[in-house]
Amino acid sequence: MIFFLIIGFSIVANDTPNDAGGSILITTYNIPEGTQKIELYRLAKGDTIYEEAGLIPPRGECEDVSVVDGVEYLYRVRAITEDTFYVAETKEFISSSPQWFNRTRITVLLFFILFGGVVLVYIELAKKNPKGLFIRKLPALDAIDEAVGRSTEMGKPVLFVPGLEGITDAGTLASITILEKVGKRVAEYGSRVIHPNFDPIVMTTAQETLKTAFSEAGRPDAFNKDDVFYLTYEQFGFAAGVDGIMLREKPGAIFLQGYFYAESLILAETGYSIGAIQIAGTNATTQLPFFVAACDYVLLGEEMFAASAYISREPRLLGSIKGSDLAKLAILCLIGAGVIFGTFAVIANNAGNPSYLGIFNRVLDFIARGNG
Amino acid sequence: MKKRVPLLITFITGFIVIVSFFVPHRPFGALETETLIWYSIILGFTLLIGVDSLVRLHTRQIRRKKKGWWYSIVFFAGFFYCLTIGIISLIRTPNPFQPGTVFFYGYETILIPLQSTMFALLAFFVASASYRAFRARNLDATLLLITAVIVMIGRVPAGHKLWTRLPGIANWVFDVLQMGPMRGIMIGVALGAVAMSLRLILGIERTYLS
Repeated sequence: MIFFLIIGFSIVANDTPNDAGGSILITTYNIPEGTQKIELYRLAKGDTIYEEAGLIPPRGECEDVSVVDGVEYLYRVRAITEDTFYVAETKEFISSSPQWFNRTRITVLLFFILFGGVVLVYIELAKKNPKGLFIRKLPALDAIDEAVGRSTEMGKPVLFVPGLEGITDAGTLASITILEKVGKRVAEYGSRVIHPNFDPIVMTTAQETLKTAFSEAGRPDAFNKDDVFYLTYEQFGFAAGVDGIMLREKPGAIFLQGYFYAESLILAETGYSIGAIQIAGTNATTQLPFFVAACDYVLLGEEMFAASAYISREPRLLGSIKGSDLAKLAILCLIGAGVIFGTFAVIANNAGNPSYLGIFNRVLDFIARGNG
Repeated sequence: MKKRVPLLITFITGFIVIVSFFVPHRPFGALETETLIWYSIILGFTLLIGVDSLVRLHTRQIRRKKKGWWYSIVFFAGFFYCLTIGIISLIRTPNPFQPGTVFFYGYETILIPLQSTMFALLAFFVASASYRAFRARNLDATLLLITAVIVMIGRVPAGHKLWTRLPGIANWVFDVLQMGPMRGIMIGVALGAVAMSLRLILGIERTYLS
């Protein structure tokens, strides 16, 4: 078989940027027409024979992740067509190394510093002047007393569902905060709370939270550990189980708090069918419309995260809410400025001045880096 | 001490995870994956706690002959069935989820159809919830009803037959009217989650410690 070193078909090897090392980025250019596959070969410094290093996908780019940091390599590729093959190779040795900073995340770091800074400043300010903080009314949290009270009057238990995520989810953690408040009210009113769980770690946390809530309400004896139980790790199995509990126990109040998926409406509609007062809250934006349609009160996304501050009125927590609100305002202003400048840039570009559009695109690229 | 140690662990872990997000160099780069592996291992053990909770609950239901106690018998039948065929499949093959094993057969012919049935019920629940939400009681509900009708008809071939521009209007409702508020809520959720994470790392938010 005859092979060709054709002009144009080339290979470039570079240390993969922003990684933990152990990877070299291979890029091929001007792949010959009719290429069926591209074979990659590698020669470590000091070796005499090229070893096979896999295949390069048709787009012509791949990462060689089987390299050793610090060892220098030469690369060769063979583009195989039906009747011949073409070869290209690197001229200089290249080695991989780990990086100390992922530059694609610089915008995230900037945002984190600014946002974290604002939140911390407001926490400090709140400590100095606790009276100067206002938090708007959240009807869903105000309705907790009403829901638990109504349920107690009817002689029915309260059902609390903490969603389908683990304890690492921010929504689940926020639901634990709300559970504490619900637990205290249930203990004070002498009612009962049923807490089925999807995740055993959440179950253990909920047991401890309710135990503390009952103790703080002066009714440690009223807490029944068995009312907080594990159900299943299957999504629709969990939905079926909770639906069954709703239909058998007929709770007077249902709290759907946490991260939910497609089962949200199944749970909320079953709760509606038994006439329970329903207070939902989720950080799953796709499920919010279902809860709004089927529940009496809903905590919309971020309102869940404000629950602890709203309930406790602790200045430091209120300060962090105010800080994040200010950051939100800043983002809103940035979006507004972006829209105005973007529109102006497009108009200028259409009028024959592309420089503003160039600036606008560069800014967009810089911001979008953080998605990498 | 009872609270300080967990708070210190939370602070150190949270700080390291933040650093590992920006620093790919060893040992930080691999920490995120490592912690996820740790979490999976811990979760594996806590599942035993879950099973213990479940078995105790249903044993009590049967012993006390509580309302619907026979469902607990169904639970035990399913539990021991899965356990037995799981062990048998594990002895016969290294992976019980491999097609052809008894365990996989049970999974495919019992569990998946049951889950699909529950999922299918969603269609009826969507219909009943939509009926209530779309009743034209006031101006807001009427606007919602009109928008919903446009979107629903615009999404089916009959909508295109009725008026060729209807699918385009439905798409505009999705891409513009709906997307704006949705993005607003998403930004709020993201910022709220970051603020909450900061509160947890700094030990301001302590509810999870009970």
